[in-house]
Amino acid sequence: MAPKQANKQAATPAEKKELTPYDIVTMSRDKNRPTAVRYINGIVEGFIELKGDRGFADDAAIVGGIGRICGMPVTVIGIEKGVDTADKIKHNFGGAAPEGYRKALRLMKQAEKFHRPVLNFVDTSGAACGIGAEERGEAEAIAVNLREMAGLKTPILSIFIGEGGSGGALGLAVADEVWMTETSTYSVISPEGCASILYKDASKVREAAAALKLTAPDLLAKHAVERVIEENGFSEEYFAGLKKDVYEFFSAKKAEPTDSLVKKRYERFRAF
Amino acid sequence: MGFEDTIRKIFFRKPKNALEGGADGNKPAVPEKVSVRCDKCRAILISSELDNNMKVCPKCGYHFKIGARERLIALCDDGEFTEMFADVVAESGDDFPGYAQKLDKARAESGEIEGVIAGVGKINGIYTAMFAIDYRFIMGSMGYAVGERITRIFEYATLHRYPVVGFSLSGGARMQEGITSLMQMAKTSAAVGRHNDAGLLYISVLTNPTTGGVSASFAFLGDIIVAEPDALIGFAGPRVIEQTTRQKLPAGFQRAEFLQQKGYVDLIVKRGDMKSKLGEIIALHTGGND
Repeated sequence: MAPKQANKQAATPAEKKELTPYDIVTMSRDKNRPTAVRYINGIVEGFIELKGDRGFADDAAIVGGIGRICGMPVTVIGIEKGVDTADKIKHNFGGAAPEGYRKALRLMKQAEKFHRPVLNFVDTSGAACGIGAEERGEAEAIAVNLREMAGLKTPILSIFIGEGGSGGALGLAVADEVWMTETSTYSVISPEGCASILYKDASKVREAAAALKLTAPDLLAKHAVERVIEENGFSEEYFAGLKKDVYEFFSAKKAEPTDSLVKKRYERFRAF
Repeated sequence: MGFEDTIRKIFFRKPKNALEGGADGNKPAVPEKVSVRCDKCRAILISSELDNNMKVCPKCGYHFKIGARERLIALCDDGEFTEMFADVVAESGDDFPGYAQKLDKARAESGEIEGVIAGVGKINGIYTAMFAIDYRFIMGSMGYAVGERITRIFEYATLHRYPVVGFSLSGGARMQEGITSLMQMAKTSAAVGRHNDAGLLYISVLTNPTTGGVSASFAFLGDIIVAEPDALIGFAGPRVIEQTTRQKLPAGFQRAEFLQQKGYVDLIVKRGDMKSKLGEIIALHTGGND
């Protein structure tokens, strides 16, 4: 990231305390935030992108492939919003279609076969919304991911790096642990959607953002996430630190018997 | 007697006879409409005739919404349905603005304390675990209690090796419960997964409407997906899609027949045929005389 953008994100702990939930929502959508591809480049060595769901198409909203983290082979999948206008259009602004979720599942099943851990980066305002997505079974695609990820016999870590919008985010987040960066969000509905449905008033978006309890501390308290990652202005050190944390997590999880791993994952979600 | 007592006596008196209130005489008197207009063919229908026809229009076959309990009782042999997990209710600890009032209203309108009814009964002599979501409870919104009851019925069915029949209906997640409501999608789907891994049958019946977090979790995970005629089924609701895409949606979009054509529904079954069709399918999966 360019230094001026990095500075913009760097808030001192005192400043962070002053941030309202809606400020966090705004930051989670900031166009200068690093997107999934930046994370993949930042922590994965020798990334090889793998494409397509083998049924319909390749969905560019989800980028997936294989590579190494500190030498360990991994499968990496990310919801990519795109960085400039043309890129955003190409990636459908991070709104994944059914074929995107199916590609992700294909890659996760492949990871299971070859005993590779799965690392997912989540950044989406929600799954694709449109005629095509409905015709091709968006609901079914997400549902199958939830069921299959719950039983996947290899470690899964999902990291929220921006927006965590509803079922579209959860479709890549049935994991052994869920981490989020400190100005990311995770919510059942957008504050805008909540305001217009519940308050019948789209301008009450700030109230909605607060009521939804979508920030990292709230989610940590609810055990919806296990770890909050300090962003440190998204510096090179930030990516190096994250890489080390992910490697250590996977090393520990790989040592666990698969049955116990899957059982714990079931119990993690069973507790809600 | 004070003024308040008089008021209470007038407005909150117990019904004198069965005509005034429920058969048990304890429910408050609610005036029932004698006639209703069919949403589809606009014919004027006698309420009692509609009720006797499982809320299907005798003129055009339009399927009105039907209560969850009514549905399950109609499915069970001799109407013998045993409810389970009725003590699981929404957590009141969350202080989302207006949620408590919303729950009160839903409870008054539906006569149920939560949005899903789960339990067991026999279908053509075969023990089956079942659930149905009630439209009168915040249009089947899924919060903790709905997700928990459905998870428990799948776990119970896995333990006892019962098939599951589930009638889904929902406008989406219960946003008043925040992230907990979203997590119900993962929790229920994981429980369906264990039932599935045990080699057991789950028939999912999609009813009008099945959308949002319910369609994107247990509703679309059936071994066999059944839908009622003309039911609206999708991930995003049609209004949201129109607003987002600024496109006019084609006629029949997201209806059961459309989903069947696109490959997402196995069969469309009229409500009057539901018990016999589900019974046939279940019997095929329970060994029989082979």
